[in-house]
Amino acid sequence: MDKLDQLVQQAAAEFAAAADGAQLEQAKARFLGKTGVLTEQLKGLGKLAPEERRAAGAEINRAKDAIEAALEARRNALREAVLLAQLAAEALDVTLPGRGTSVGGLHPVSRTLERIEGLFRSIGFVVADGPEIETDWHNFTALNTPENHPARSMHDTFYLEGNDEVLLRTHTSPVQVRAMLDHAARHAGAEHMPELRIIAPGRVYRVDSDATHSPMFHQVEGLWVGENVSFADLKGVIADFLRKFFETEDLQVRFRPSFFPFTEPSAEIDVAFMSGALKGRWLEIAGCGMVHPNVLRFGGIDPERYTGFAFGMGPDRLTMLRYGVNDLRLFFEGDLRFLSQFR
Amino acid sequence: MQFSEQWLRSLVNPPLDSEALGHLLTMAGLEVEESASVAPPFTGVVVARIVEAEKHPNADKLKLCKVDAGQGELLQIVCGAPNAAVGMKVPCAVVGAKLPGFEIKAAKLRGVESFGMLCSARELGLSEDHAGLMDLPADAPIGTSLRDYLALDDTLFTIKLTPNRSDCLSLLGVGREVAALTGQALSAPLVVTIPATIDDRRAIVLDAPAACPRYCGRIVRGVDAKAPTPDWMKQRLQRSGIRSISALVDITNYVMLELGQPLHAFDNARLSGAIHVRYPREGEQVLLLNEQTVTPAADTLLIADEARALALAGIMGGEDSGITLDTTDMFLESAFFAPDAIAGRARSYGFVSDASHRFERGVDFELAASAIERATQLILEICGGAAGPVVEAVSKEHLPARKPVRLRPARARRLLGIRPDDAEIEKLLNGVHLGVHREGEDLLVVPPSFRFDIEIEEDLIEEIARLYGYDNIPAVPPQGGLAMLDRSESGRSAWDVRHLLAGRDYQEVVNYAFVEEAWERDFCANETPIRLANPIASQMSVMRSSLIPGLAGNLVANRKRQLNRVRVFEIGRCFERKADGEPVAGFHQPVRVAGLAAGPALPEQWGAPTRNVDFYDVKGDVEALFAPRALKFEPVSEPALHPGRAAAVLLDGRRIGVVGELHPVWVQRYDLGTAPVVFELDMDGVLLADLPAYAEISRQPAVTRDLALVVEQALPVARVIDVLKESAPAIVKAVELFDVYHGKGIDPGKKSLAFRVLMQDTQRTLEDAEVDAAVTAIVRHAETVLGARLRG
Repeated sequence: MDKLDQLVQQAAAEFAAAADGAQLEQAKARFLGKTGVLTEQLKGLGKLAPEERRAAGAEINRAKDAIEAALEARRNALREAVLLAQLAAEALDVTLPGRGTSVGGLHPVSRTLERIEGLFRSIGFVVADGPEIETDWHNFTALNTPENHPARSMHDTFYLEGNDEVLLRTHTSPVQVRAMLDHAARHAGAEHMPELRIIAPGRVYRVDSDATHSPMFHQVEGLWVGENVSFADLKGVIADFLRKFFETEDLQVRFRPSFFPFTEPSAEIDVAFMSGALKGRWLEIAGCGMVHPNVLRFGGIDPERYTGFAFGMGPDRLTMLRYGVNDLRLFFEGDLRFLSQFR
Repeated sequence: MQFSEQWLRSLVNPPLDSEALGHLLTMAGLEVEESASVAPPFTGVVVARIVEAEKHPNADKLKLCKVDAGQGELLQIVCGAPNAAVGMKVPCAVVGAKLPGFEIKAAKLRGVESFGMLCSARELGLSEDHAGLMDLPADAPIGTSLRDYLALDDTLFTIKLTPNRSDCLSLLGVGREVAALTGQALSAPLVVTIPATIDDRRAIVLDAPAACPRYCGRIVRGVDAKAPTPDWMKQRLQRSGIRSISALVDITNYVMLELGQPLHAFDNARLSGAIHVRYPREGEQVLLLNEQTVTPAADTLLIADEARALALAGIMGGEDSGITLDTTDMFLESAFFAPDAIAGRARSYGFVSDASHRFERGVDFELAASAIERATQLILEICGGAAGPVVEAVSKEHLPARKPVRLRPARARRLLGIRPDDAEIEKLLNGVHLGVHREGEDLLVVPPSFRFDIEIEEDLIEEIARLYGYDNIPAVPPQGGLAMLDRSESGRSAWDVRHLLAGRDYQEVVNYAFVEEAWERDFCANETPIRLANPIASQMSVMRSSLIPGLAGNLVANRKRQLNRVRVFEIGRCFERKADGEPVAGFHQPVRVAGLAAGPALPEQWGAPTRNVDFYDVKGDVEALFAPRALKFEPVSEPALHPGRAAAVLLDGRRIGVVGELHPVWVQRYDLGTAPVVFELDMDGVLLADLPAYAEISRQPAVTRDLALVVEQALPVARVIDVLKESAPAIVKAVELFDVYHGKGIDPGKKSLAFRVLMQDTQRTLEDAEVDAAVTAIVRHAETVLGARLRG
């Protein structure tokens, strides 16, 4: 039976030598075809004695299986080689840039305002809005700043030609008044007025222009009115906000006595970072205080029963601090080289 | 207000260094805006006298001086100053002295030994003056440290006072505050009553007692108006930012700084008859000290005599009644003017003065008499003369009332979130001269005459917070009910819109709401814009009625920076006149979103052909902004836009904005390069969104048929689609345009539109026959209604 083993070896060698499918099929015919070597062997079985025939048949069949297995293995190998060649031919330069358009981005101050809204929303503040051409009454009078009040000289107000009753709002505080009037009207007659918690981001206007002042800038007003709102709450909310906004505990917050006609007591809020380029410098970022009873009254709310705090902060300043911008005017110049840095 | 730390320390001297004192003031609400040393640090500089000054043997421009610096023997010093002269007193830096930037050593200058340096003011960092040596007064004591002699170890504090704290517009006021905060004793300036030595007096008539309830006047005769102001006074004035003018003027300024009482000095010889404090008569004019002639408004209080108006009361004196260097007899005014009678008046004439600044905020109404005594004392000391009696006119019922203010300590604790007991609160208030009486559980508090900011309970609560220390109030995480906030799904926020546009390659900008008038006229055909009464610049003088011009401005600016692909958007308010506008009558103030795209449609890249952005790119952006809501577009004529390439945007039949190419006239006039495409939409429309609703998905196979229709070139595609849909049987689920063709094979003036019609039934498979019938029905209808022809 050495001959059969030789035959198997010879077949395997010839299959391996086949360079493609056609050669392989030719080689297969030489061994397994109608006139193939192995077929000839099977035909020769009839000449053997019956007792030998069975054993010899089994041997031949074993050799046939072995040759067929070798054939299949070689077929697979050739198929795989073809696939590999195709894949290699199809290879791309994956380092070429991707196709299509780029993306734009939000204005840096918008990023800040979106964060501010999100942080305050997380403790139940809703966003309120108000007009930018505002009445003198909402901007000043209802905020406890009557005509000739010295505090009016703190605002350099833009007025409209031919109309003394309106102005460009100098702060977002008039939204407080509108929100209170609205809230009080909605809950008029109710035994218990729900708490009012709003923030009002927006644009405000003052006659002022240099590296740190723009005639138009942003403010975010905040207001919380309820039955037991205290100055300690105000401090808590602001300190929490600043740490969350700047994502650091490495921050000192200071409340410094100040004066606004619409709050009392009033404070300026300063922050100082304990590391980084601005380390140790007190930076003024907001004004705040307990809502003045006259303002609550103008807003239709009983100051004996309800108290509240309000704050007005400068998101432009917060944006400058957060991203290291050193000139306020850049925010309003529409320079894409600047704006595209905040994507 | 600016003042010298040493002056303040002469009144109250707490054991705090300059920095700690500054912090104390800041945290008490008197914000120290700036604190600056009077002089930079230097040592070893003394007062010296030049005894000899000869020419240097080896140099033309140098002098060889012998100097007495109080060291026993004369110092030989080489000096280059042109003004070095024998007898002159100068600062001398002796060997070993440390000056800003260098140290003095014995040296040889051009072969001659020199033992020190004579100094200019600039070399000591005292001023920019380097014309020559600093010329010290003849009586300066030789050998004295210059720092001591000129009191240079001093700090200038500039405090930013809030308008409620007029009581701190004087050294006395700040001193009172420091004393209260530190518990140190206050040594107030000693005011002595100067007895009259002459009888001269001038009558005073309060014609407007509500505006001026108190006026003190006094004649001083025989003063020497040319007497020099003493150095100590000059120095204090100078360190308060006030220039020395003449002794009499300086004294009035000094007393104002010291006590807070503005004074005015008239030349008595120029007055006739009684002084009247009254409102102006028709046509009256006053020539002011600043050489401005004003015709005072009816509500501006005047000081007048029997002949004429002299001065604007509490604001500024008159040019031809004030003291001069030739004055010998003066009339001194010390009055109280009610804040309401002064507030805003000076500003209406275009200036403010130290006096008006104080009176409009409130001056101690009990101070007039002692201030006039203090001024008299200084006048007699410095200028000599003889004083007449103080004549006081007063209308007591018109003086400010100091009514007791009721404080409920419990309310103070509740409002502030702190726990001081009643006794502690009482002590805090007493410390700042607030008179406190208990009444049951309440405290009745009477403010002193110098406080104009204590009228209601909250004023006292603020005072408690300030004195308790804002730093000592805890920061408490607030407690509140945990009700959830509304979060509607049939609407979206401006943030969603911003992110959508940013995702489509637009960069957000923020432009000024005031623009140049030409923009409104050109882009909006707005000939009557809303004008600012006081714009800061002509190109920012009118309120915008559209966001588009601002975006065009961004394009111009960026093109100048060599950026040609510009895609920007803004969300902001526009302003239009509207009689019944809400919420402010007369104005409509809608928030809009607008975008502009110019230059290449895609950033330059290897894998896509370069082409400029066009109408349909931007229209696609607008459609995406609303998807899945469907918009309608209609041709529109707008001044800003190309008349053939502009569309009104309609949502549910309501016009909410426009999209289009900018008009070529403006593209050229404003140098915008290739025509930008813009859109502008009302945000209230953009923010609407539909709640998604499920529709059953068919399991039956869909059938599509393509058909090409030839129609008139001018026929809008939207019209064709409408017609196709209106005649389609129910099985037609969609009609999509997939090609537009004109050219070979199509008659000129016509176009071929290729549609894919999708048909499906939810319940059964469609038969060929009904599909064919549906397509035929559609085509027939288009032929009839539109004159369309099925393309072969």
